[in-house]
Amino acid sequence: MGPTPTAVALSRVVIRFAGDSGDGMQLTGDRFTAETAAFGNDLATLPNFPAEIRAPAGTLPGVSSFQLHFADHDILTPGDAPEVLVAMNPAALKANIGDVRPGGTVIVDTAEFTKRSLAKVGYTADPLTDGSLTEYRLHALDLTGMTLTALAEFGLSRKEASRAKNMFALGLLSWLYGRPTDATEHFLAAKFAANPALRDANLAAFRAGWNFGETTEEFAVRYQVAPAPTPPGRYRNITGNLALSYGLVAAAQRSGLTFLLGSYPITPASDILHELSKHKTLGIRTFQAEDEIAGIGAALGASFGGGLGITTTSGPGVALKSETIGLAVSLELPLVIVDVQRGGPSTGLPTKTEQSDLLQAMFGRNGEAPVPIVAPRSPADCFDAALEACRIALRYRTPVFLLSDGYLANGSEPWHIPDVDTLPDLRPTFATEPNAQAKDGSAVFHPYLRDADTLARPWAIPGTPGLEHRIGGLEKADGSGNISYDPDNHDRMVRLRQAKVDGIAGDMPPLVVDDPTGDARVLVVGWGSTYGPITAAARRLRADGQTVATAHLRHLNPFPENTGDVLRRYERVVLPEMNAGQLALLLRARYLVDVVGVNQVRGLPFSVDELSRAVQDVLKEVEQP
Amino acid sequence: MSSAARGAAAARHLPTIPAGSLTKKDFTSDQEVRWCPGCGDYAILAAVQSFLPELGIPRENIVFISGIGCSSRFPYYLNTYGMHSIHGRAPAIATGLAATRQDLSVWVVTGDGDALSIGGNHLIHALRRNVDMTILLFNNRIYGLTKGQYSPTSELGKITKSTPMGSLDHPFNPVSLALGAEATFVARTLDSDRAHLTSVLRAAAEHRGSALVEIYQNCNIFNDGAFELLKSPGTRDEAVIRLEHGQPIRFGADGALGVVRRPETGRLEVAEVATVGEQRVLVHDTADEDPSTAFALSRLSDPTTLDRTPIGIFRAVHRPTYDGLVHDQVAKAGTARRDDLAALLRGRDSWVVADPGATAAAVLS
Repeated sequence: MGPTPTAVALSRVVIRFAGDSGDGMQLTGDRFTAETAAFGNDLATLPNFPAEIRAPAGTLPGVSSFQLHFADHDILTPGDAPEVLVAMNPAALKANIGDVRPGGTVIVDTAEFTKRSLAKVGYTADPLTDGSLTEYRLHALDLTGMTLTALAEFGLSRKEASRAKNMFALGLLSWLYGRPTDATEHFLAAKFAANPALRDANLAAFRAGWNFGETTEEFAVRYQVAPAPTPPGRYRNITGNLALSYGLVAAAQRSGLTFLLGSYPITPASDILHELSKHKTLGIRTFQAEDEIAGIGAALGASFGGGLGITTTSGPGVALKSETIGLAVSLELPLVIVDVQRGGPSTGLPTKTEQSDLLQAMFGRNGEAPVPIVAPRSPADCFDAALEACRIALRYRTPVFLLSDGYLANGSEPWHIPDVDTLPDLRPTFATEPNAQAKDGSAVFHPYLRDADTLARPWAIPGTPGLEHRIGGLEKADGSGNISYDPDNHDRMVRLRQAKVDGIAGDMPPLVVDDPTGDARVLVVGWGSTYGPITAAARRLRADGQTVATAHLRHLNPFPENTGDVLRRYERVVLPEMNAGQLALLLRARYLVDVVGVNQVRGLPFSVDELSRAVQDVLKEVEQP
Repeated sequence: MSSAARGAAAARHLPTIPAGSLTKKDFTSDQEVRWCPGCGDYAILAAVQSFLPELGIPRENIVFISGIGCSSRFPYYLNTYGMHSIHGRAPAIATGLAATRQDLSVWVVTGDGDALSIGGNHLIHALRRNVDMTILLFNNRIYGLTKGQYSPTSELGKITKSTPMGSLDHPFNPVSLALGAEATFVARTLDSDRAHLTSVLRAAAEHRGSALVEIYQNCNIFNDGAFELLKSPGTRDEAVIRLEHGQPIRFGADGALGVVRRPETGRLEVAEVATVGEQRVLVHDTADEDPSTAFALSRLSDPTTLDRTPIGIFRAVHRPTYDGLVHDQVAKAGTARRDDLAALLRGRDSWVVADPGATAAAVLS
């Protein structure tokens, strides 16, 4: 037993686990996150992995990483630069060392640092010994070797035993940061329940990692990050895709409708299909279609039948679904299109995040075809955003876009679990009676006779006697819904469909400005997943004595009614986006405000550093006489 | 109740009314029919409107979904629920409807371009899944609504507006395609043969699962006479092979011709019955699980002239329907208890942050 290490209290830590895509780094990160969540820290995570399932081993493109930011206070991003890097091979070290803060801790598995592995990633000398890592606190440890020793008695092959090295690393890091280990032990027991030998080996490796930390003198300090104060209630850690799935399940329950997800597998949206397929008892039906078009077609068919039709996809899939979305606009039936945005154009960057489908969602159809758009701002917020998208779809009988992104999908944070009885009541009213009179005085049903308040048309579902009617993509006569080529009628119907969508603005909260001092001259506006980096950057600038206001748009179509007023109130409006300026284009056109874009499309969220600097530049300009 | 109604009501949960309590008029909508005068679609519409009362299903429980094309205007003229959707996608939309509503009789109306060109993918997948729907494929071997381009069933070399030197595309045989997709019910009929058309519709409606009915339909504007060989009194007896379950496949004047299997190759061919002997004439079996004989029958017709075209039911076999299996899985999963949603949201790794007044800051659950 070595000397008791010094305990150092930290306010926040950013750790990155990096290894080969087959090394189990995502699992390691997930488990460390679960332990951290259970401990009560606030946290945010950023998985980053290649599109290839198994890229060539030991190469730079094959590196998979998982970054976790945890703190004793409320945090908003997965952190810019890690203070701690765990690198399982030379490729992981090379790909990530540039991001680590000087003075940071680097824990390396030396087992893979062979001449051949080093050469594979272009190291001409061993970085562990050539002095190139002197500005870091380097811990070069034979994690694989120690794992093999710990598992010697299990009778596993060398290959099998060495695969548990990620659990050894997890055990070591859990010790270093004083994480509770019960949940991981239970997790491993459940995951390998069918294979007791692997279960025991992984548990042994995990415990060996912890014990190594406790007995070695390698680490002079242990770190403590106290739990973050949070409002009372029940919490869990949740990814955006899971929260979004649960939001849809909740919408199915709260609407009382038969729910049909029509979907085709696509990264990074497939997890939603996987998750929803588990919940048949909760009224969820899933249909893995032959293509993206059939996925949305089936969803629309379900909505025609009085169900809640949903389709999930990513950008390329939206392109294929566009014609059906236009049909849904014309049919005026509820439908939610979930777009988990990824890097584009075309196949682009399947596993990387981007916000570049906004204009596709807004305009990507023939004709005047307005579609409401809702965008979640954080992984946990995907739950509420999904419910909101379903609410709008059902109340206004319209397709609705729910624009998530790859960062939200795979990133996670603690979620304050809501009381299900407080969730909105989404039960729709179906038409049951004729609503008009024919010329001969008989009662008839007019499928396009609108509700005066919402402009929504009645939803009369097959099986309802006396309301038989035909709808389609051809222009319909206002009211009767019969085919109409009348010029004035078409002009009126185009305006009515637009007015219906515009009217939703009166049924949503106004745009809220966060301006603590009340005298900011610069407003930073954001939408979607940039909420975290923007809010964190504003906090940093304010802590530095500067004044800046922020506002976040959750509804992108229509915009909240006060959006123009808010934008025009400030001397400068700054708009960071992970695209080339799509929302900026909309705001400029709509409100004639000279929005300053801050744009990057690197497939990663904004770093707080870069955003703070960009906003700082604008603040300086404003202050110049 | 007709046998069609019994069959329909048995698998889906269709409400029934006494067959014949509705009339053709009840199924006729108030919309003016706008096909070209003389179009074969009129005959099909009249046959369907007359046939629907036989089903014994309330009209509010019948849904017609169509794609785009002349045939796809069909739902507007029926007083049932209907959707005129987008090009090629009707089977996909109908799949979503059938998978969520067991109390509906779902029909798809489509054409050769709609079903086999732009919508080919949805058609084959609906057929292989065996979604409970009846697909009426109006085949006129031409694009009518876009004014006369060749279609995926047009014969090789066809001169059209878009192929002034002749089409270079080898045509699909829709029956062969459907059999290749392992459709459980495949039939072909003619717009002008009301009795045959109605009998095939009846069998299709009775079938549980995807039923594909190819209806040869004359476009008198852009492809007039495309099926004349099969209709003209002078040629039809030898050009059309009428298939009837359990009957030897004979045709021609006095049944002089028959379909036989060549022993050396197993292939089907037409022979004079007097020469080969009655015993060698193939007996038609729609219930044969193996689709290869049905497929071989579908290959008898000449892809250009349509000479030797079999009509009738090629295949009618039983296989669980996709929508039925969906319902079975849902039933097997069981229904939720009141607190199941709350339990799902809570998950297995939640924790409670107590009120600040309480002592423990965080408690693992």
